[in-house]
Amino acid sequence: MLKGKISKISGPVVIAKEIAGARMYDVVKVGDMSLIGEIIRLEGDKATIQVYEDTSGLIVGEPVISTEQPLKIELGPGLLTSIYDGIQRPLPEIAKKYGEFITRGVNVTALDADKKWLFEPKISVGDEIGNGDIVGIVVENGTFEHRIMVPPTLNKLHKVTKVAKKGEYTITDTIVTLDNNVEIKMKQEWPVRIARPFKKKLDPDLPFLTGMRIFDTFFPIAKGGNAIIPGPFGSGKTVTQQSLAKWADADIIVYVGCGERGNEMTEVLVEFPQLVDPKTGIPLMQRTILVANTSNMPVAAREASIYTGITLAEYFRDMGYDVAMMADSTSRWGEALREVSGRLEEMPGEEGYPAYLATRLANFYERSGRTMCLASKHERTGSITVVGAVSPPGGDFSEPMTQNSLRISGAFWALDASLAHRRHFPAINWIKSYTLYVDQVLNWYLTNVGADWKELRDKAMFLLQKEVELQEIVQLVGPDALPETEKIILEVTKIIREDFLQQFAFHDIDAYCSPKKQYWMLKVIINYYNAIAQAVERGVTLQQISSLPIKNEIARMKEIPLDKAVEVLTHLADKINNEIVALEVL
Amino acid sequence: MSNKIKLVSSEYRTVNYVTGPLVFLKGIKGVSYGEMVEITLPDGKVRNGQVLEISEEMACVQIFEGTQGIDADKTTVKFKGEVAKIGVSVDMMGRVLNGFGKPIDGGPEIIPDEMLEIAGSPINPYSRAEPRDFIQTGISAIDGLNTLVRGQKLPIFSGSGLPANELIAQIIQQAKVKSGEEFAIVFGAMGITNREASFFQKNFEQTGALQKVVFFLNLADDPTIERIVTPRCALTVAEYLAFKQDMQVLVILTDMTNYCEALREISTAREEVPGRRGYPGYMYTDLSTIYERAGRIKGKKGSITQLVILTMPDDDITHPIPDLTGYITEGQIVLSRSLFRRGVFPPIDVLPCLSRLMNMGIGDGKTREDHRGIANQLYASYAQGRDLRRLVAIVGEEALSELDRKHLKFADDFEKFFISQGNEDRTIEQTLDMGWELVSAYPDGELKQVKKEHIAKYRVKTKTE
Ligand SMILES: Nc1ncnc2c1ncn2[C@@H]1O[C@H](COP(=O)(O)OP(=O)(O)O)[C@@H](O)[C@H]1O
Ligand SMILES: [Mg+2]
Repeated sequence: MLKGKISKISGPVVIAKEIAGARMYDVVKVGDMSLIGEIIRLEGDKATIQVYEDTSGLIVGEPVISTEQPLKIELGPGLLTSIYDGIQRPLPEIAKKYGEFITRGVNVTALDADKKWLFEPKISVGDEIGNGDIVGIVVENGTFEHRIMVPPTLNKLHKVTKVAKKGEYTITDTIVTLDNNVEIKMKQEWPVRIARPFKKKLDPDLPFLTGMRIFDTFFPIAKGGNAIIPGPFGSGKTVTQQSLAKWADADIIVYVGCGERGNEMTEVLVEFPQLVDPKTGIPLMQRTILVANTSNMPVAAREASIYTGITLAEYFRDMGYDVAMMADSTSRWGEALREVSGRLEEMPGEEGYPAYLATRLANFYERSGRTMCLASKHERTGSITVVGAVSPPGGDFSEPMTQNSLRISGAFWALDASLAHRRHFPAINWIKSYTLYVDQVLNWYLTNVGADWKELRDKAMFLLQKEVELQEIVQLVGPDALPETEKIILEVTKIIREDFLQQFAFHDIDAYCSPKKQYWMLKVIINYYNAIAQAVERGVTLQQISSLPIKNEIARMKEIPLDKAVEVLTHLADKINNEIVALEVL
Repeated sequence: MSNKIKLVSSEYRTVNYVTGPLVFLKGIKGVSYGEMVEITLPDGKVRNGQVLEISEEMACVQIFEGTQGIDADKTTVKFKGEVAKIGVSVDMMGRVLNGFGKPIDGGPEIIPDEMLEIAGSPINPYSRAEPRDFIQTGISAIDGLNTLVRGQKLPIFSGSGLPANELIAQIIQQAKVKSGEEFAIVFGAMGITNREASFFQKNFEQTGALQKVVFFLNLADDPTIERIVTPRCALTVAEYLAFKQDMQVLVILTDMTNYCEALREISTAREEVPGRRGYPGYMYTDLSTIYERAGRIKGKKGSITQLVILTMPDDDITHPIPDLTGYITEGQIVLSRSLFRRGVFPPIDVLPCLSRLMNMGIGDGKTREDHRGIANQLYASYAQGRDLRRLVAIVGEEALSELDRKHLKFADDFEKFFISQGNEDRTIEQTLDMGWELVSAYPDGELKQVKKEHIAKYRVKTKTE
């Protein structure tokens, strides 16, 4: 047993001495309370440890024992619907055993080792199998096919010598034995700081549909892509992430509450079981895993929570699923790094963040992507889409976390306090935001949504851009100075903003909008623009146009139920044409 | 937190050096991180401290009442063998205590029912229950637009000289819930002036609330470092009252800006790498261990609602104190100097205000079915009017369309009637009706935020032109 003694305690950082032989990133038990920690620096026989639990009460001289294992999580049936802390301790179990307030030195396992699952083998004795191959399945929650894989630790293919019959097993029962005597169980473990292997990365070309118009129509991302949502407090990072977790077309959602509010996790726990996935009709909670390390929980475990989350995501990706991970907020992770770095007295970089911040961020986002999964047979692909919230101090996007994340991510969904203040939600700034995925997903949209999708989108973006210029003029000389042809642009951009971009997350119908409905809504608006542009050219006045009741119908497009949307909107587009054409020049 | 009990507490006379509020001691053995310390000065006076860092060579101790008079020779330091605790009891209600929880009202010692660690422990997120009971504060800008619910943490971002105290006093006086239960109040004052303290005390006396208040008082001329413990003492008592005595507790903390200054002072003395504007990088985490102690717990009757006052230095909402607070609390109420100058009371600028838990507490059965819609409509219209004020200053009102002129007028009326209410105590129905009255100046088609059927039901018909 590798053992040392505490020689210094400073907040979450503890130094142990006389612990020669300890390895970087191994997990240690600190003090008489056996607090969990991880070695983050070695110098001679001294180890610096970040402790995942509150260190009050530790005494210099108390023992530090190395587990000689890195920080790992458990992977297997039973993960879905769970809520874990940053180092994968199940919060319901902790509550059951220790009460409503989180105590220290708790001893609980991530997965229920006693529960029996119905295992159905997919291989036979004599088969040659290798890393990542699916040996059987377990149906979780009555619907989800949990694919049991060979852990990616073999050096070559091996023959199966024994396979469990279809039946009920615990996650620690051996279900497959190989000719090298390796026993495969339903549970596997993986060190969180190491990316799980895959065969190769693929170019993402399918859209990650969200049901939110600002994203799907204006700033789409691809499955396997990543996006950041920076914004000051109260601008909508969390509501957006929760909406994505609810409506995005992913098979699995990993939601990491990293250093944020306790009540926001409660919200998810209360709401998700009551909501059903519009595609499958299954309660949303059943595809969800929560990692909750709230702001007041230990800061080192907050640092780990991001890795715990992405490792969970990788495990499901390896089965061949599309996974989405939400990290709210990556800034709190960065701050945890900064706090520990400060205690280590490392040379501070910009705003006190350690110099390795950019590398850590890049390594994390690099773990997203669309991949060909590891397997020797039955090829499959999976993806991890990562959406990270960023919380810039004072809402200033020039700070290090925002800037470093921006360099890596494929889409920038910029939240804007002034939009949030006027209750324009989602408060995504359509001028500042961008995406690099349009070309990759274009084909899908043209085939599945509408052949003129790109034209409509570009036209709307063009008008919004034009609006900014026109508003500048208006601010100088007043609206009357604009010619009618430009006044109608302002008329239409107001409609785009209010009747298309605004989308309340809590609206019973509009919370989720299908790509088809989005397309038709935009088509109606652009159609309206073209019609009134022609009418104005004929000499019709804006006054005449805006008094048409048809405008009210455009304003209520959001409230049209999804199943009727295409029909009603097609009709509306025609009606607009007819009524505007019928306007007579006064 | 520590479950170890030491039989003898240890005493030392090894002060090595002193800097700011910190004392460094040599040759300390068996002392635990976070342990409480009692320091006896050469003149016999006793001070309190807490271990901030320990190594084999040295212990760093923060002294709550300041380090003046501490010397290297005669000062003795006693380690108490336990982390900071406070004795709690229902009898604390109606009492005035110092920032440490010792009575200063001349009354008897408090006989504790229990000794609790003031640092508290995080509530397991799984054990939280959703806050959702609407609190009627009688103030339209809050009830109508930024509704408060029981278990919420909501700060008031004030500026120096703005009437945050008056607003809080009015809320305390008027706050009601549907079920009729009353609030117990835990008041944590940090570095406020004598005048402010007696304003609140008089107010409690007048309204007869005094018997329901536990008053922690750290005044402007009291030790600054004591402010680090005051909110934690207050919240420990609040947790006891809420979760062990089933009470509905309203915690008032004022002024968190003074708390943060104390935090900065310690950080500077420790020569830590400073974060933004000299505040420590861990201030977010530190503040969260205060603010996150609000809420409800599954299976418990009580709740903790926090109303926090902080003064924005220079009225700057991006200053780290309001900024980090806003990142943790469940919204914010922002006071405006320009409204205050125009005689609006309460001078709440609703645009940057937010109640993140509003949706939980409103709607049919809680307030009224039209609440969300009318609130959104008021926001949308007011924001338009505010934008136009700038434009009008340049191009004049004549250049505006008829609709724009309606927006302008709306913004004025909204401030004059809806926001400005003086001492009036309005029911939620009065608030919502007043909202409808104001938006009734618009044609139906402009009311995009409200449901059609609500327009038919609530719109004030006489105003339609
Ligand atoms: N899409 C949305 N629809 C409706 N309301 C929203 C939306 N986004 C944000 N909000 C409102 O803004 C508030 C703050 O949003 P939140 O996501 O919590 O902000 P952040 O996480 O950036 O601090 C929410 O409580 C909600 O009232
Ligand atoms: Mg948030």
